[in-house]
Amino acid sequence: MDAKIETKNLNLYYGDYHSLKGVNIAIPPRSITAIIGPSGCGKSTLLRCFNRMNELIPGVIIEGEILLDGENIHQQGTDLIRLRRRVGMVFQRPNPFPLSIADNITYGLRVHGTPPGQKHSDIVENSLRATLLWEEVKDKLHSPALALSPEQQQRLCISRVLAIEPEILLMDEPCSALDPIATDHIEDLMRDLSESYTIIIVTHNMQQASRVSSWSAFMLMGELIEFGPTVRIFNNPRDKRTEAYISGRYG
Amino acid sequence: MRQEKLIALILQAVALSALAGLLLITVFIFKEGLPLILRTGLKDFFFSSDWEPDAGHFGIMSMIIGSLAVTLGAMLIGGTLGLGMAIVLTQFCPPKLASFLKPTIELLAGIPSVVYGFMGVVTLVPLIRSYLGGPGLSVLAASIVLGIMVLPTVTSISIDALKAVPRTYWEGSVALGATRWQTTHMLMLKAARSGIVAAIILGMGRALGETMAVIMVAGNALEIPGSVLDPVRTLTSNIALEMGYASGEHREALFAAGVTLFAVIMIFNTIALTFARRTIRQGRGQ
Repeated sequence: MDAKIETKNLNLYYGDYHSLKGVNIAIPPRSITAIIGPSGCGKSTLLRCFNRMNELIPGVIIEGEILLDGENIHQQGTDLIRLRRRVGMVFQRPNPFPLSIADNITYGLRVHGTPPGQKHSDIVENSLRATLLWEEVKDKLHSPALALSPEQQQRLCISRVLAIEPEILLMDEPCSALDPIATDHIEDLMRDLSESYTIIIVTHNMQQASRVSSWSAFMLMGELIEFGPTVRIFNNPRDKRTEAYISGRYG
Repeated sequence: MRQEKLIALILQAVALSALAGLLLITVFIFKEGLPLILRTGLKDFFFSSDWEPDAGHFGIMSMIIGSLAVTLGAMLIGGTLGLGMAIVLTQFCPPKLASFLKPTIELLAGIPSVVYGFMGVVTLVPLIRSYLGGPGLSVLAASIVLGIMVLPTVTSISIDALKAVPRTYWEGSVALGATRWQTTHMLMLKAARSGIVAAIILGMGRALGETMAVIMVAGNALEIPGSVLDPVRTLTSNIALEMGYASGEHREALFAAGVTLFAVIMIFNTIALTFARRTIRQGRGQ
């Protein structure tokens, strides 16, 4: 199976700090890949390479290749706007904009110049349905998004990304601000979405990784230690360090 | 413990003295000015432009219009520039340059207003006179000078408002593929809206209250201006110009003009504070 997105010998430095060390990873399409590892191992940094959000931090140097459908997106002249349309991101803390629910969903459409009209309201409905939020908010589309519960806010943020029809969803600990029931709901949603989207999730919660993902990558101190099917990583890790982490000896 | 209490008491007294000062000033100017307004009648005081203190006519309408005209002009110039600067400094310019430019703009607030007035008289007024016509001493000259004087207020409060917008909003927008400018006008300005309104209103209060620089460049003619090139007299200028020799009812009328200014500026500041508080609440994500 061809990789949807892959990195080749990816190195990243924050000033003098070597944050990603020669990472080679090939993420399979239409599945959930979990990136696990202790705090500060570089998992969020790796995730942010896929939509090139790291470059917004001053002093970052990135070397190596990042291939999206075989095309290097880490080079001069890459259309970042188009890239970020194809590779959407959901953040750790739900970050709906201080606008109405509908305006949150149409934000990406307006950014990418989709003309408003009937199409917008269809997209609003479809994206809210995709995250099972539609029934809860259909009567208050024009009320402020910040009035929603944290779980609804995170669903809204996912809908907002889905509205611009990305191919890949990056999720940076999307449940860490949610309670266990809400977490369970979002995990169900991820499983549904993985039929049409390539999902990459960063999590420090190993149970979550084993529950939702088909593939797992274990990172330690900026290195990718092991990558493979989740079942194998969790039951039969090949590397001693993976085994030590999975069995809870550090992290 | 006794000592603690004593210190707390002293600090409270110090804090209350500011309030007491405000209270005293308020009571004093209202006591001096309000009776004349009531005696003259609201209509003849606010809506007549007949200001002849010797004949007992105290209509301040032309001065109200003068004050409003220069304040509006100052906000068109200073508000636009100040907001523009705040946008550039928070959204587009490298942080290092911004941390140098912001204090520089704030330094403008430290220049005495007489210096602004002087610069206006020597450079701006002749320019207006020779290129646009009229006496030069005009609404336009006062607006430009005041516009520069309100820059530090508008800019630094707008910067604070824009900086108070959580970075997660900005990241979310950029991650959706928005450019910096799209993020700025579609999201940041909306998220910081109440703080920016507060900045503009506080700037208006400053423009309305400024006296020295305005006296020097506005021409001080007691008439309703027909164009931006006509001279005007503002409420503040009038008080400053006439207080030296006024007595009796005339003096009371100047206090009454002060009451008017005081009320307007208090209203401005209250609105600004309400908006500023709202921004802070939104900043906390509620």
